[in-house]
Amino acid sequence: MSASARHAAWGFTLPALLLIAVFFLLPVIAALAISFTDFDLYALADPANLRVVGLHNYSTLLTTPMFWKALGNTAIFVVLGVPLSLAASLGAALLVESRLARFRGFFRTALFAPVVTTLVAVALIWRYLLHTRYGLLNYALSHLGLPTIDWLGDPHWSMPAIVLLAVWKNFGYNMIILIAALQSIPEDLHEAARLDGAGTWARLRHITLPLLSPTLVLVGILTVSGYFQLFAEPYVMTQGGPLQSTVSVLYFMFEQGFKWWNLGFASAVAFMLFALILGLTTLQMRLARRASLA
Amino acid sequence: MAGLKQRAWAAAPLWAALLLCGCGHSGPKVEVLHFWAMGIEAEVVAQLIPAFEREHPLIQVEIQQLAWTAAHEKLLTAIAGDATPDLCQLGNSWIPELVALRALVPLQARVGESRQIVPDDYFPGVWQTNLIGAALYGIPWYVDTRLLFYRSDLLKAAGYDAPAVTWSGWLEQLQAIKRMVGPQRYAILLPLNEFEPLQILALNQPEAMLRDGDRYGNFRSASFRNALAFYRNLFAESLAPTMTNTQISNVWNELGRGYFSFYVSGPWNIAEFKKRLPPEQQGSWMTALMPGVEGPGVTNAGGSSLVLFARSRHQASAWQLIEYLSRPAVQQRFHELTGDLPPRRSSWEGGEIGRDPYSRAFRMQLENLRTFPKVPEWEQIMQGMRVMAERVVQGQQDIDSAVTGFDAEVDGMLAKRRWMLDRHRGNP
Repeated sequence: MSASARHAAWGFTLPALLLIAVFFLLPVIAALAISFTDFDLYALADPANLRVVGLHNYSTLLTTPMFWKALGNTAIFVVLGVPLSLAASLGAALLVESRLARFRGFFRTALFAPVVTTLVAVALIWRYLLHTRYGLLNYALSHLGLPTIDWLGDPHWSMPAIVLLAVWKNFGYNMIILIAALQSIPEDLHEAARLDGAGTWARLRHITLPLLSPTLVLVGILTVSGYFQLFAEPYVMTQGGPLQSTVSVLYFMFEQGFKWWNLGFASAVAFMLFALILGLTTLQMRLARRASLA
Repeated sequence: MAGLKQRAWAAAPLWAALLLCGCGHSGPKVEVLHFWAMGIEAEVVAQLIPAFEREHPLIQVEIQQLAWTAAHEKLLTAIAGDATPDLCQLGNSWIPELVALRALVPLQARVGESRQIVPDDYFPGVWQTNLIGAALYGIPWYVDTRLLFYRSDLLKAAGYDAPAVTWSGWLEQLQAIKRMVGPQRYAILLPLNEFEPLQILALNQPEAMLRDGDRYGNFRSASFRNALAFYRNLFAESLAPTMTNTQISNVWNELGRGYFSFYVSGPWNIAEFKKRLPPEQQGSWMTALMPGVEGPGVTNAGGSSLVLFARSRHQASAWQLIEYLSRPAVQQRFHELTGDLPPRRSSWEGGEIGRDPYSRAFRMQLENLRTFPKVPEWEQIMQGMRVMAERVVQGQQDIDSAVTGFDAEVDGMLAKRRWMLDRHRGNP
């Protein structure tokens, strides 16, 4: 590459790099630095009140029961929510793209609609759906002869209720990605398989799923890292209750950082969560690569 | 913040136009006051401003409305970014925090010179919430205290003419109501996501919730244990449902239906119950003083104050606005618009508020308020207390381990405060 071409390349990328440096890199470095201090309300008033505490925030964090509880809650949410969400997205994508489906455009829009509606408005309606005495869900349960559930009041059911809401709210996004991937699978593969006598199930298992797998891995990674950052749903539905059963790691961080202004401690939570998500998604990637090689 | 900035840019042509117009005139400059207010008060106070601006033609007031849920973050961000307004409506439990941030101006000199603001006219409990040490940092705007809302017809049906003034009498009444309404309904609603009911019970006990100059938690004291035991018992006997407020879609309807007969709430609900209960039920509810351990009780001295910011360059004009909003006549009008309770006795004389039967209990209770400890960490401590009490109510922890564990937690929250106090003592 000639020198002038190189200069031109820098010229084109520099604005973007500058933006990334100023609005992403710098804050991240600052947050990392803050996580080694006890930056709080008093330090905001007077920098003389700031103490460098080294890894103290991290060690305190590891001995804070609420952090472990929040981590446990988040893990439950991810373990329940991610498979459910992927299954819902895949199922919906297959149904909408099925050759038997009518009004595809309508269904695509309808199923995608929850993604673009405001969570606050949706939460209001879900609170009514989940209402213990007047809710539609309990109405259905009691009609089936099942005992009703105190969805948002029973600490065992509050997280499943949040999972239901989150899956319903988010599956449309992945569905759109999967639909695009489905459309890129050549129709002649299906035709050839059909001529060879492969049924619907066999074609799904041996043609659709293998060809979808790169997209599924991508969608899986996005969903895992997204679901680990659970915040808005419990914030508007339960405020972390009952009995802290819906406090997620991010919610815990928000409370520490922006409610109580313990910014040093909250930054430590943020980096802990970052490390966790990074570790898990890397693992996911490795597994996926090994699976595709095998 | 992004939204704010965008709006500022969007208004740029407007500003330019204003500047151009301004060039044409000469003469005295108009001072613009930035006034931040929250919730319904922000909507309503705008109606009181034109009269003020007529009296002070050289002052123009710009009201910025904040949502209560976001107000705390907004204020702290504004302080961190040196973007504070001239004056602000401030929840009085936030005053210690903003004083610790050195964001507010002491006001006692101005009060000393003022003919409008007479400290003795204010209810002492609420005035005190504005004192940090000996310095005054806010002028009470309205009082937000909680007492009992109850169904007088159900209480009568259970065999009582008036609500009890002692805890034991109150408990008896709640038990009688519960016997009457059966297992599907309750005697009282104490939402598990609110710390105020337990805080009020604890304020009625002799020992304070913090000790040693507010350096350590004192939740293991006999006093707090008594309050917590009383609270837990209300749930254990099924007098109160183990529910949060978010689970009850409509508290007004539920009180009307008799799902519960007592509710600990604030003055804003007077207007709501008047509006939301059908006319034929309007004679069936009333307000009453908080019962105490052995006689009429105290309650919390909540509410909002008006404060001046240290960075304001219009403090004298902003103070004039505070004086105007503190006039009894203006406060009466403000009450009519919002239902908020005026903090000074003369504002209660005459006008609609003097005649309202539902406000009578509040008027009496205002003479009997107790201030909570004035430390910046107080709200965090109260939220922690709520979580701890919820565990106790749900039977996950016994009182003894809960209060000792919580004391340790509170000591941790106050660690920095202790370090600061010790340091200031070391080098004054």
